[in-house]
Amino acid sequence: MTSSVTLQKLVPWIVGAALIALPFVYGDPYHLHILILILIWSFAYTSWSMMGRFGLVSLGHGGFMGVGAYVTALLWNHLGVSPWVGIPIALVCAGALALVVAYPCFRFRITGHYFALVTLALSGIVLQIITATRDWTGGSLGYTPSRTTGSHLAALQFDDKTTWYLIALGVWAGGLLIWYWVDRSMDRYALEAISEDEDAAAAAGVNVTFEKLKITVISALMTAFAGAMYCQYQMFISPDTVSGIAISLQMVFAVVVGGIYVAMGPTVGAIITIMLAEGLRVGFGTKAVGWDNLVYGVLLVVFIIFLPKGILGSLLARIRSSSKR
Amino acid sequence: MLVVEGLVKKFGGFTAVDNVSFKVDQGEILGLIGPNGSGKSTIFNMLSGTFPPTAGSIRFAGSEVSGLPPHKIINRGIGRTFQIPRPFRRLTIFENVALAGYYGQGSHSLAQANEAAEKALAMVGLPTDRTASVDGLGAAGLKKLELAKALATGPKLLLADESLGGLDETEMDQAADMLRKIRDELGITIIWVEHIMGVLMRVVDRVMVLDHGEKISEGLPSAVSSDPRVVEVYLGTDADATQAAAAEARR
Repeated sequence: MTSSVTLQKLVPWIVGAALIALPFVYGDPYHLHILILILIWSFAYTSWSMMGRFGLVSLGHGGFMGVGAYVTALLWNHLGVSPWVGIPIALVCAGALALVVAYPCFRFRITGHYFALVTLALSGIVLQIITATRDWTGGSLGYTPSRTTGSHLAALQFDDKTTWYLIALGVWAGGLLIWYWVDRSMDRYALEAISEDEDAAAAAGVNVTFEKLKITVISALMTAFAGAMYCQYQMFISPDTVSGIAISLQMVFAVVVGGIYVAMGPTVGAIITIMLAEGLRVGFGTKAVGWDNLVYGVLLVVFIIFLPKGILGSLLARIRSSSKR
Repeated sequence: MLVVEGLVKKFGGFTAVDNVSFKVDQGEILGLIGPNGSGKSTIFNMLSGTFPPTAGSIRFAGSEVSGLPPHKIINRGIGRTFQIPRPFRRLTIFENVALAGYYGQGSHSLAQANEAAEKALAMVGLPTDRTASVDGLGAAGLKKLELAKALATGPKLLLADESLGGLDETEMDQAADMLRKIRDELGITIIWVEHIMGVLMRVVDRVMVLDHGEKISEGLPSAVSSDPRVVEVYLGTDADATQAAAAEARR
């Protein structure tokens, strides 16, 4: 018994060490590229699930991601501000945006479907702003941060896939740490209580509006950071890839499929969505453009009806119940 | 301890509570009775901050609390239970109560929250085992949990909302004794809202009767239950009132 418990404690360390060692053993650039994308998107999905797991379903996280990516890139191209400064500024912008949208919602108790609709407008607005200011942002054609002529580190631009893989791995692990940190805090109980019954939570002394704002801002900051990371890695962003409703829906889909209530659920979701998108791209080429969104839509409905805990969530629940027996 | 003056609550054109004033003394159990829709729950909701009064003042321990948000009122020391128990089913019994201890006392200390939870659970007679699920509780258990949550917030004044609905007679007596025990052992002042007059009259020090949002009687249980106005509104029909009055006359 004790040996199996210590073994269980060792597993994350062993997996972590293996993940760190991977690029030094196996260096195929295409596969590393896919892994980097999976890690960055896993982090983005984890960010969404921070609030999604408490019934705060946002369809506007594409907006936060877009702010993170575009503010960082625009500051770099137009003002020469290093991403080391630009990213914190982008995060402040995303946090402010989250407060502006969420505070009135929470103050006037706009919850459930209505909250989702308000946030849906948010991702639409950010998309419109990016397209409307095309003289600066390149509009729907996309935007490329200028290649640095100086230090790669200062510009946060690296040509080497291994470096990016390690950065993405660190960001992903950081996301999981934040997830666990919230999961073990009293805030989690408060948010679970709020998601069940706001009045009863308030009667237990919980400041409902404040708790909801707190988790929303954390989630928005993380999502914006994911946008900035994606931008620095891909060196190309467009409204379709980091903002807008499609991206927002993709986040919801991935998390629901992977498992909304478990730490690794969003990661499993990212693996599935990115493999799906890549599989369609490689298998069918340009004929399959947009198919992934169609498949997401159908699968989302199927999962919500038949497997609401998601793949990983259902699997873990099954293992737990069979080990009890 | 609690001084309520000229309390009014209007919902649109409907006046749910009309100019009600009352006082509660330290260590007292005040019963609040009245037929359905008489404004009892509305008064509770104003006292606990669920919504602000349209007019009037609520002074608790010397300071004005009307219009404060619920969490601030709870931190000042007014705890409440709900008429229908509202447990958090995704949390364990212990977590439900510890949550109230953590946020309700405003201390945000985990050690203090756990201690408060253990005390409150022991007080109401629920298991202090940390893994017990809410799903195992029946109607009486859920009411105990509701009470434990309120106690864990460390109230000086407890607002107990119709805590006996749905219980059988033995459970009712136990619950009534529980409220008395909470007052006697913890020194918590209580306002108890209840439909069922009998059990309530046995435990409370004083009773206040509401009808259509107005206070129609107040005093010792024995005096109030023989007040003809109370008999009339509480029993509802004229026939009952006449009968009661006749019985009174015969005595």
